[in-house]
Amino acid sequence: MARKLKMRIWRGDADTGALQDVTVEANEGEVVLDVIHRVQATQMGDLAVRWNCKAGKCGSCSMEINGKPRLACMTQVASYGDEETITVTPLRAFPVIKDLVTDVSFNYKKAMEIPSYEPPANLKPGEARMQQVDVERSQEFRKCIECFLCQNTCHVVRDHEENKKSFAGPRFFIRIAELDMHPLDILKNRKQKAQEEHGLGMCNITKCCTEVCPEHIRITDNAIIPMKERVVDVKYDPLRWLGTKIRKREGIV
Amino acid sequence: MSGVFSPTRAKIKERTLRTDKWWLQPAITFGVLISFVIYATFRAFENKYYFAEPLVSPFYSPCLSTSCVEGASLFGQPFNNQYFGIGISPALFILIFPLGFRMTCYYYRKAYYRAFWMSPPACAVAEPHTKYTGETRAPLILQNGHRWFFYFGLIFNVLLTYDAILAFRDAEGHWGHVSVGTLVLLLNATLLWLYSMSCHTCRHTLGGRLKHFSKHPVRYKLWSWVSVLNHKHPTFAWISLFGVAFADIYVRNVASGAWTNFYFF
Amino acid sequence: MEFLPTQIDITKEPMEVGPTCHYVMGGVEVEPDTAAAVGVPGLFAAGEVAGGMHGSNRLGGNSLSDLLVFGRRAGMGAAEYVKSAKAVPVSDAAIKAAAERIQAPFTRSGGENSYSLHAELQEITHNLVGIIRTGAELKEAIEKIAEIRKRSANVSVAGGRKFNPGFHLAFDLDNMLLVAESTAKSAISREESRGGHTRDDFPQLDSKWRQVNHIASFDGKEVTVRKQPLPALPKELFDLFDVHELEKYMTADEIAKGGAR
Repeated sequence: MARKLKMRIWRGDADTGALQDVTVEANEGEVVLDVIHRVQATQMGDLAVRWNCKAGKCGSCSMEINGKPRLACMTQVASYGDEETITVTPLRAFPVIKDLVTDVSFNYKKAMEIPSYEPPANLKPGEARMQQVDVERSQEFRKCIECFLCQNTCHVVRDHEENKKSFAGPRFFIRIAELDMHPLDILKNRKQKAQEEHGLGMCNITKCCTEVCPEHIRITDNAIIPMKERVVDVKYDPLRWLGTKIRKREGIV
Repeated sequence: MSGVFSPTRAKIKERTLRTDKWWLQPAITFGVLISFVIYATFRAFENKYYFAEPLVSPFYSPCLSTSCVEGASLFGQPFNNQYFGIGISPALFILIFPLGFRMTCYYYRKAYYRAFWMSPPACAVAEPHTKYTGETRAPLILQNGHRWFFYFGLIFNVLLTYDAILAFRDAEGHWGHVSVGTLVLLLNATLLWLYSMSCHTCRHTLGGRLKHFSKHPVRYKLWSWVSVLNHKHPTFAWISLFGVAFADIYVRNVASGAWTNFYFF
Repeated sequence: MEFLPTQIDITKEPMEVGPTCHYVMGGVEVEPDTAAAVGVPGLFAAGEVAGGMHGSNRLGGNSLSDLLVFGRRAGMGAAEYVKSAKAVPVSDAAIKAAAERIQAPFTRSGGENSYSLHAELQEITHNLVGIIRTGAELKEAIEKIAEIRKRSANVSVAGGRKFNPGFHLAFDLDNMLLVAESTAKSAISREESRGGHTRDDFPQLDSKWRQVNHIASFDGKEVTVRKQPLPALPKELFDLFDVHELEKYMTADEIAKGGAR
């Protein structure tokens, strides 16, 4: 049951660009990436689009479809009305390279700024042990496919270019949370760094990161807010702070 | 030009290309919250119709000033009814606590940052502000004090539960009676407990702050239960807000004589 | 079970399934210890691009251990190689020829569409070099692939060189043709069924064929395939198996020898 689908595809580069109207055939069961590929093969041979697995697991085909940050391979054409025009644009928080492809290197720079896992110095390879309940906690954050839809939708950087230097973004807050909740990680000051260097305080928990996550990671409830509470423990709660001076309290380092 | 109109970004003139009714949710939130604020302000300053033996309005409990009507003050009257010649409603001495709890609540923050401050109005809709510093400086850095309001909120939950228990009496003070008012106060107290127990700070305090769940099985269990409630925190936030408003409306109408508090037995 | 993006509940309604190519068992022939490509100094290969690792069928999860082990070996092999290797001299003429070759698709107009050729090649390999193969179909595939190769010399591309997938595909096509032709010619040579290779005209596993690999090479025009004997199983590994288990796969001669010493 093929049908004619009306689309508007943003084409251009860093200097200029515009939405271009196309009509393309769409078959039953197809996703937006399929029809973009058909446009590419039949009408716009040089249309730039990043994609890889077509199964929602590689995080490459992140784009904005009718204004919403989504994975094109996981967006059914049938989820739009028969007469609806589907508008696709590149991610709008990152510099555009060409057409639907953006430069996401901001995220890789931020990734490098996060201090990595630090086990106790005397822990030999093969000796690390974790209980299942502790593993499960960070398992959720490990589902991240790094599509960077959360980074793209977060208004802290999407709407304020100047905040990029001081804000790591939701993807890296779940990384920090995962490490801070890791029973074998002993790095001190992860919480302070989260607040002072990675811009956790910039987040106003408006939850758009959680809304767009294709892996349904509860970024705000399970990573950002717990990290904010942990920061309060070490920075804004005099009683807790006093408690750490009197006797060692677990988790507050 | 900043944000989505920055020089390096794709040149798209629209603030958003969303085609759904993204403005509806913040509009509803704005409408409901503003109605509550207007009603609560009116009631806080009204200074009457808050007590009808054995029912007391949650806006006026505990009633701590010398202007409180007889029977409403269970914990003494440490405050005067006026300071510097200005009459002060007894509600004003206490409302800062439940108000502060809700103002600093992680869910309400999302709701009003979106609906009132439009920061952002909805996901992937450009916000109107040119500068943004989040919760890093005064006054918003005070949001980090949510846990203190949580602790005070627990005290209020105990007091309002006590008020609900007292409502198992008739107007003459005899125990063992149940009226519509009893159920209203009981429901209000229950919803407030659900709202408090599902709170993110509660979840953090009970177990979230631990690094090893495995070493603290009891706290892990508590954390798991609270995590289930926490999923529904936004729902509890709304229905408990309606619960409080309704409890006050009920008591006000009974106290003013408009409604009769029907006794089942 | 629910497949969310398609909203099909397979406990209630039928689901369409079909075979796809998800892994290539063959690949660049490498030295096992250094992952250095045989006959191409300075080229190292590990993972799916390297051949010989998984026998006739890769088991699920094995490519991960392949990556970890042979990725490390390739890295170490390459590091060792650069210590002694000198830069390979490249003539100006070769550089000029390469540049012209890259520019060529832009200079043609009205030529072949790289996407269409790609789709046709997919169709040929899917239908004729797929799960169940026959000699006649493979022969047909080889002829058709040669036809596509001819047409691919006349690809024309629109737009510029910046992030142009049609342009990239024009060159990827050469590699796809190489893989398709090598696969088809190796498959037609192997007159038995084994692992991922099923010949309808030779449905039985034949232990003689286990002793042979097919090595494909390309002279710039077409692929030629030659047989290369497989090293015999070393004795220490041979001894780890129950001999009756090995009898299913090895010839009587191999069993009698009892592994290589």
